[in-house]
Amino acid sequence: MVDEVKALSAQLAQEPQSLVFLRLGELLRQRRQLDAAQRVALLGLERHPHLADAHDLYARILADRHDYERAFDEWDMTLRIAPEHTGAMKGLAFLYFKVGDLAQAESHLKAAKKVTPDDFTIEQALAMVRGGAEPAPPVPVAPPPAPDEAEAKPLAESRVFAGLEGAEEGLLLLDAAGLVLGGGLRSPTGDDVTEAVAAYLAGVSQEAARTAKLLGLGAWRGLSAEGRQGHVHLVPPTGDSLLLVLRDRSVPLGRLAIVAQRAAQAARHWLERQQ
Amino acid sequence: MTAASFAQALDQITRVPGVRGAMLVAGDDGLVVAEHLMEGIRGPAVAALAASLATRLRRAMQAAGTGAGHFWQLLCERGGLLVVPGASGILVVAITAPDVNAGLVRLELLRAAEAVG
Repeated sequence: MVDEVKALSAQLAQEPQSLVFLRLGELLRQRRQLDAAQRVALLGLERHPHLADAHDLYARILADRHDYERAFDEWDMTLRIAPEHTGAMKGLAFLYFKVGDLAQAESHLKAAKKVTPDDFTIEQALAMVRGGAEPAPPVPVAPPPAPDEAEAKPLAESRVFAGLEGAEEGLLLLDAAGLVLGGGLRSPTGDDVTEAVAAYLAGVSQEAARTAKLLGLGAWRGLSAEGRQGHVHLVPPTGDSLLLVLRDRSVPLGRLAIVAQRAAQAARHWLERQQ
Repeated sequence: MTAASFAQALDQITRVPGVRGAMLVAGDDGLVVAEHLMEGIRGPAVAALAASLATRLRRAMQAAGTGAGHFWQLLCERGGLLVVPGASGILVVAITAPDVNAGLVRLELLRAAEAVG
């Protein structure tokens, strides 16, 4: 295997634009040389930013490193580029399972099965999810989780935004009266500001809707605001709920809107399951 | 500032293609200070709602530790509302079509907010 790594490395050095980085990165990942695997994957992504398999490779490396939030983002990106990428579907199923969202895990596995009905590993994973056992991660086995991670995020509130970046300090879901349904917020200094912010946001959804109606602009879709120390974006996942995303100033408003849409989708799924 | 300079500040905003109107609104009571609106837009009602939204947002953002907002945008199916609070508490407001260059409107609003103080 060492020889194979050397051979692939040499080949990549000779043909930097080739896709051989995918095999090399995967091989290094399997050998648990995660730093080297990550370097190879990132170099590949620099050259092929729209290659779904490159994002999938990087996601697997991140998952092996237990960096589940970024792994989620990478698999999510993989599916945006290639909506039928079964590796990404299985990867997301694995992450959803890790945070206890069995319904989402099963949903992603079913979607993968539709694309590749003959893949017996999907059926195995489905059986495990239905039986409550952890499905195998998407491609060769990741190490067993550390004891503290085995208890990953048990709180129902955090599951609203399971797998999303900032699930417990930058995403907040409220009902129409400003009561917290899920998520949480922390100020730049680390203080828990969830309840205070929620109280001030009560009624915003209704006022935004009234303003849009008055101006004949149709339904309101979002409200974004720039502050000196951070940005916020509000969206209505449903008619009687409000979602807030809070990030520091380094995150542009446009990106914040994308994060908000993704979180709103998760919130809608979660709200549907509560009914 | 004179009425003419208010009008000039609003005129620069409404020159941006896709802007349907612009207003200066007193942030504390939601009353219109000056307006340059297309026919059919109910300025006083929009001003009141914009001021109310601005107050809620400012308080929420201060509670979140982001500092008071210096620009906000309400995005709707068929357009939007863009607002920049001036230093004196006056809100500079633009009502836009959906295909407007929001970045350009934002710049004009910031300029106008600086001009009106």
